[in-house]
Amino acid sequence: MDTGSKRTQGVLSRSWQVLYHDWASDKDAFKQVPWGKAMMWIFLVSDTFVFSCFLIGYMTVRMTTVEPWPVPSEVFALTIAGQSIPLILIAVMTFILISSSGTMAMAVNFGYRRNRGATAALLLATALLGASFVGMQAFEWSKLIHEGVRPWGNPMGAAQFGAAFFTITGFHGMHVSIGVLYLLAVAFKVWRGDLDRAGNYQLVEIAGLYWHFVDLVWVFIFAFFYLW
Amino acid sequence: MEPSEGQQHPIGLYLKIWALLFLLSTMSYLVDYFHVQGLLRWFLIVVFMLLKAGLIVSIFMHMAWERLAMVYAILLPPLCLLVLMGLMAAEADYTHWIRVLFFGPDGG
Repeated sequence: MDTGSKRTQGVLSRSWQVLYHDWASDKDAFKQVPWGKAMMWIFLVSDTFVFSCFLIGYMTVRMTTVEPWPVPSEVFALTIAGQSIPLILIAVMTFILISSSGTMAMAVNFGYRRNRGATAALLLATALLGASFVGMQAFEWSKLIHEGVRPWGNPMGAAQFGAAFFTITGFHGMHVSIGVLYLLAVAFKVWRGDLDRAGNYQLVEIAGLYWHFVDLVWVFIFAFFYLW
Repeated sequence: MEPSEGQQHPIGLYLKIWALLFLLSTMSYLVDYFHVQGLLRWFLIVVFMLLKAGLIVSIFMHMAWERLAMVYAILLPPLCLLVLMGLMAAEADYTHWIRVLFFGPDGG
């Protein structure tokens, strides 16, 4: 075995050997990874499949329809001070969600520095930014519903536009809403000092993974649904 | 108990990534604002999207510092989705032309 591993040493880089040994050691494959974190990642991989199936379904209906697809740039334009600005609300929502990802990353960082107050405050800020995102989405939904967009049809073009819009943004908005509740619960635990007693702030990093994922999904929705 | 204190990185790194994500989002918004069309539009949208996704996953979600065993367990399965996308694109293309033939403006 020793000569064998020596022979492969020239071929495989050090990282590849670690990868191979981790998977072949017949014990836990994800070494030094807390279980909560590994489980959150596995959930996020499954969620990736759900969102991707929605986006691929949207791609399919958009490619197959013979009706013209409504132009998102015009559908999501807002008139501000007498000027029609394309896609402005979606751009603002994007910046808000990115900012919430930024505050979340800082919360994780301050958690590992054992700064209880800053961690709780940053988690709260993240939750507030998330809640304002959901508020803007509610505004966008009511605007489109008012303009006659329905899951089965709309006055602007291909009927499938509404179904794709409500399914994809609705499912994402639900993730943000649940994330806000999740962050509030974690912020409360941090503020109460639970994590200082437990001896580590991994709970904050795991919540952060979920929140960054929600931001990540929005990156793809923004590109494929709103900009395409 | 964990041997290490988890992921510790300088705050400046997060601020830089934050600023980069703002910049990339602005750039992708400008693609729409200046009505860039055709192949260049799709190319720019996809490039900015992939850069943003890469920064979020590698730095904010700390994947750049995770062990390879977990990185591959997370990143390899979603590759199946590219296969699904290819299959559905081929099928959608076929359906579209059938519809053009039979339901299009010139069809029955």
